[in-house]
Amino acid sequence: MTGKKWAFEDFAEGQSLDLGEKVVNAKEIIEFAREFDPQPMHLDVEAGKASLLGGLSASGWHTCCMFMRMLCDGFLLDSTSQGAFGIDHVKWRKPVLAGDRLRGRVTVMAKRGSKSRPGVGLVTIRGELINQRGEHALEMQNTGMFLAREAA
Amino acid sequence: MGLDRFFRLGEAVEIGSYEFTPEAIKAFARKYDPQPFHVDEAAASKSVLGGLCASGWHTASAWMKCNVESGTGTDGDWDGEGSKPRFGPSPGFSNLKWLKPVHAGETVRYTRTAIEHRALASRPGWRVLSLRGEGFDTSGDKVLEFDSAVLVEVGTG
Repeated sequence: MTGKKWAFEDFAEGQSLDLGEKVVNAKEIIEFAREFDPQPMHLDVEAGKASLLGGLSASGWHTCCMFMRMLCDGFLLDSTSQGAFGIDHVKWRKPVLAGDRLRGRVTVMAKRGSKSRPGVGLVTIRGELINQRGEHALEMQNTGMFLAREAA
Repeated sequence: MGLDRFFRLGEAVEIGSYEFTPEAIKAFARKYDPQPFHVDEAAASKSVLGGLCASGWHTASAWMKCNVESGTGTDGDWDGEGSKPRFGPSPGFSNLKWLKPVHAGETVRYTRTAIEHRALASRPGWRVLSLRGEGFDTSGDKVLEFDSAVLVEVGTG
């Protein structure tokens, strides 16, 4: 048994989970970009303004990492998660700019037991980050592994 | 030189490698993915992953680091018509697979293969280049793959 709030049994198709909000600041955009995506539009305000993105913008990979952190804090750390094999898709629909306020949301699309691993289930989610203008900045879909309550 | 050669179409270009030290794994995970198997050796050894391993977002982000630092895997100098093509934003990626855990101490070697490019109807002067990204550990096993695309400004050519 597990003391975690979220085990495989607790997910239901169609269920929607709110991941709360995050305000994106310039310092974190530049910090991530210096380490992993040192392109001018992610490092410098003026270069960002001159780019298609229209301002100092987060690396798309950073936006994925922001979503991951919101997913962790939203429910994953209080779950029986055993990780994931991949990501079906990520769409960077709108730039994520310094000062943006992002709301995270997850919808459970499907769930099924694992054939190869008893006590493990697979949960497919669709995730979204929506900015203060109501625009979808990020959309993603993936499948994660969760232990059943009795197996955890 | 044409765009095909500049993009090195069809060639798995080596774009660099990245060492996943325990410190780097934990520092990344504390910020972006603090699940126990990425931040805590003891918890990791009890998980299905069998030991401390990098967040999948870390292995993917390190691909991007190598990609950018290698000059996006292109042929370098441009002597074709117009100005040198400039890489812009990406609309996203798909079919990303974490095929094998990347454990602490591993070094991953990354490649990027340009698949095709086509004109972007909505933005004259821009093309969409589709790419495949891959990463291999020191045993030669593939640990990461994904399909991506990037917008490239090619002037009016």
